Amino acid sequence: MIDLVLAFDLILMTTLISLAWLLLASRDLFRAVVLFIAFGLLLALAWTRLGAVDVALAEAAIGAGITGTLLLVGLGKLGSAERCRRTPRPTTFLQRLTPAVLIGIIIPSVTIILLLELRQLQIVSSGQQGLVLSLLDISGTDHPVTAVLLNFRAWDTLLEKGVLLLALVSIWSLDQARPLFHQEAPSPVLKGLSQLYLPILVIVSGALLWQGGYAPGGAFQAGALLSAGILLAILGGRSLLPAWYGMPLRLLAGCGLLIFILIAAATLLAGNLPLQYPQELAGALILLIEIVATVSIAVILAAAVAGGHPAEISATEQQQPPSSEGTS
Amino acid sequence: MTVTEIITTMLLLASLPFFLAGTLGLLRFPDLYCRLHALTKADNLGLGLVVLALIFQADNVQQIIRLLLTWLLVLIAGATVAHLIARKARGDGHKHWSRQ
Amino acid sequence: MTAPILYAGCGIILFSIGLHALLVRRHLLRKILAANIMGSGVFMLFIAAGARGEGTAADPVPQVMVLTGIVVSLCFTAVAIALAVRIHNLTDCTTLAVDEESSID
Repeated sequence: MIDLVLAFDLILMTTLISLAWLLLASRDLFRAVVLFIAFGLLLALAWTRLGAVDVALAEAAIGAGITGTLLLVGLGKLGSAERCRRTPRPTTFLQRLTPAVLIGIIIPSVTIILLLELRQLQIVSSGQQGLVLSLLDISGTDHPVTAVLLNFRAWDTLLEKGVLLLALVSIWSLDQARPLFHQEAPSPVLKGLSQLYLPILVIVSGALLWQGGYAPGGAFQAGALLSAGILLAILGGRSLLPAWYGMPLRLLAGCGLLIFILIAAATLLAGNLPLQYPQELAGALILLIEIVATVSIAVILAAAVAGGHPAEISATEQQQPPSSEGTS
Repeated sequence: MTVTEIITTMLLLASLPFFLAGTLGLLRFPDLYCRLHALTKADNLGLGLVVLALIFQADNVQQIIRLLLTWLLVLIAGATVAHLIARKARGDGHKHWSRQ
Repeated sequence: MTAPILYAGCGIILFSIGLHALLVRRHLLRKILAANIMGSGVFMLFIAAGARGEGTAADPVPQVMVLTGIVVSLCFTAVAIALAVRIHNLTDCTTLAVDEESSID
């Protein structure tokens, strides 16, 4: 049986490597993006094989789902053809050879060193798992990953919320959002689907969020699902009320970072280290952060897919009868 | 092997021809509409059998409900996506395949 | 414990494939895809290092690092696509153009 399992792993790895090669070598970029989504889903399977179910959920939702959507929207704007004002200089043989040689020599040697190190690592230490499990009682949650994410290494997560917000600010400063569909009204079937799926996605995302307290799940995965719901609603022809475009949208996007900073400040005022929760409040604080972060992540991801600041959209859409929608 | 394991194995084996047929159709059928037909029909039935097989391995009712919900959602989403692709293809003027 | 070692090797191969494409391919979206594949390779190495054998959960600390990494690489992708679209709108190029001044040959 062990050999059968190993055979499965080998097939999975071979598929992943060949998919990566095919999608990067493919002439048709649409094909490449579709293969990338397939790659992400198979990668999620690899994560479950390695015992990282949290990562698998995040990979399927964020890595394959949202990134795939972003790439497809980007491809729609860029087009598949390689266009350039100046024709690139013909590369010499040496120039073409350099990357291959570089990668062919450096990577294998680093590979061998790393693999040897990795073997050492697994023989010598059992990593941080024991430490995390021994401190799980005071963390305010029963799931080790959530405990590390929102208690032991909460600083990382705070900074990551900052990265998300910064990404949105960069995107908004580069362009203004354009409607995802211009030419035709969405199909009635798609409208029906979005009406059916929006409540389901909200419920499932809430369940995933709650589940993060004792099993794989949590704010990232829930936020990605919720943003999928928002995007589906947008594809189904709904749009935000123009009144939401200003401060409310910015507050929703920023509240994930804001709640973190507020709690860090509060713990500092209470005489603890920043984000060192009092033990009896830890569970409640983690839940509060996760709920707010989920909404914030969902809004940021959906806004990132829309691809620009929303100011102009409101002006163009006011001419049409506004179909109103509150997102969360 | 217990009875449930045998049932699970049988159902999983039964699902294989559907996936095989769907993949074969996706690769070999002459036009987009035929390929869509192969993909959605076969995948839905194949996945249904896989879900049925896993239900026999479930520990409690919650897991069964989740499995059934997964199948139902994939069913609805698959049908909708097939419709959307076909609609776009027709709008772009993709011709139907016909035996000449 | 052979499977995690194999997955680590797979991660390194994925990284190399991505790095090669990042250097060789011209289309900006293809470069973004390549960077994503490189990231996946690194994540795989991390998770493989934290794997604790058949049927048991992996070490939570690398898992959390990879979770954060996935979100950061999503942010990277979103900003990179926005930049590529901006370049495309300004110059009508989908590749990094050779600058007129900087070409001294």
